[in-house]
Amino acid sequence: MAAADASAFISLRNVDKYFGDFQALDDVSLDIGLGQKIVICGPSGSGKSTLIRCINRLETHDRGAISIDGVTLDDGAAARAVLRNNVGMVFQQFNLFPHLSILENLTLGPVRARGLDPQKSRELAEYYLERVKIPEQIDKYPHQLSGGQQQRVAIARALCMEPRIMLFDEPTSALDPEMIAEVLEVIEELAGSGMTMICVTHEMGFAGHVADQMVFMDHGRIVEMAPPDTFFSKPESERCRTFLQQILRH
Amino acid sequence: MSFRRLISPFALFPVLAFLGGCSGNWGWYVVNPSIPAGRRNLLFLLDGLYYTIALSVTAILISIILGLLVALPGLASQRPARVINRVYVELVRAVPILVLILWVYYGLPQVADISISVFWAGVLALAISDSAFQAEIFRAGIQSIDRGQHEAAHSISLSYVDKMRFVILPQAIKRILPALGNQLVYMLKMSSLVSVIGMEELTRRANELVVTEYRPLEIYTVLVLEYLVLILVVSAAVRWFEMRMGAADKR
Ligand SMILES: Nc1ncnc2c1ncn2[C@@H]1O[C@H](COP(=O)(O)OP(=O)(O)O)[C@@H](O)[C@H]1O
Ligand SMILES: [Mg+2]
Repeated sequence: MAAADASAFISLRNVDKYFGDFQALDDVSLDIGLGQKIVICGPSGSGKSTLIRCINRLETHDRGAISIDGVTLDDGAAARAVLRNNVGMVFQQFNLFPHLSILENLTLGPVRARGLDPQKSRELAEYYLERVKIPEQIDKYPHQLSGGQQQRVAIARALCMEPRIMLFDEPTSALDPEMIAEVLEVIEELAGSGMTMICVTHEMGFAGHVADQMVFMDHGRIVEMAPPDTFFSKPESERCRTFLQQILRH
Repeated sequence: MSFRRLISPFALFPVLAFLGGCSGNWGWYVVNPSIPAGRRNLLFLLDGLYYTIALSVTAILISIILGLLVALPGLASQRPARVINRVYVELVRAVPILVLILWVYYGLPQVADISISVFWAGVLALAISDSAFQAEIFRAGIQSIDRGQHEAAHSISLSYVDKMRFVILPQAIKRILPALGNQLVYMLKMSSLVSVIGMEELTRRANELVVTEYRPLEIYTVLVLEYLVLILVVSAAVRWFEMRMGAADKR
């Protein structure tokens, strides 16, 4: 058993996750302090998505323990409350609600899950749309927006829940190249505001700016974890070195 | 929508009249609107329209709710819930509608010690029978919604009910609207079976008039036309509604 870090805001202890017989996470332990930024990279299928999806219980882990703010994640009401009050997520495919306007996309969670009144929710939506720099799109529908704009709306939708942790699963992988920068800029600003973040991405320039810790995963395991300067200059494992070479060649 | 589609049933009238005339059996007078007796007969027949529509619309509303309630366990991850869904769908689909109508009207009052009107017996039987199909339609419609929508709803902590109500069902219902329209048409036709327990809808009215007038050919021809017009109008309305939804989608 890895020793628990008392100061950790998010803590994963020896987490295993199986899909049928296939082990997607293998003995993963990770501690993340409040305000820390973690960037996860690794080859496709290495378990990066599964890891962050276990943190907001889109997947349920099979062994080990995950806790957020001291609350162990399980099927109980306490775990649901801690997720609702703390964790936001941004998906690769945006997953906006296509039948709802941007405003409705942003206020649905605050009104229905947080119980805020519509007026307050609207103010929240306006504030966060301003933060992601598209306040003028509030009455449009998702399909009327570019990919970059849609992803920024998705970020604002998560922020409207006023989480303390944001999970990003390859937020720019589905975007046309010219739209990647605008989304990364928004995420970087968010990082600067003190948000705790776990971000899966292969945008290494961005990772170097933002990350406190880089994590490299392979075959469901955390193979390497280091601050960006050490991580990029002298990766310890052969697998990580090869991976970085492949990524940085582009 | 095309005018030709709407008038096509009327084109059938002279054809049938001609066939009848050829065999020397066609008697216009029974349903001739220009003479008092024919007018009275026509009004008597048309009067059944109210119950045909009332039966079908009430039954489809109930069957949609029932179907949704049956579809949801079919989508659950727990096996027992899915088994309940399968058993209901398979059982209900196996019973002929006519048999269900007879059983609900004559059998149910004895089993449950209640009295049930002809109208509600018909509605109940039609609704139960259709709910199995509705359940399958809903299940397919909900399953066609991208998994990412469920995940996004989860990520903003919506409850299951809120997720269904605000995210999944509005999108699913839009997709299954054509199928729901088909079910309504099917229901309008099947409501004719409720005539066997004495519901005064279109078919029953026709049967009663045949008994008094002895003119089955003319009266049943009018009955055919009544259903044709009704169903073409409903189909057109459903298509118009779909088009409007589609247009709203492209705002
Ligand atoms: N729902 C699932 N059912 C079965 N296998 C899955 C499922 N989700 C992920 N996997 C498998 O788990 C492994 C890790 O997936 P994932 O975490 O998505 O990898 P990554 O995000 O690093 O590309 C992959 O081999 C993938 O095929
Ligand atoms: Mg992934």
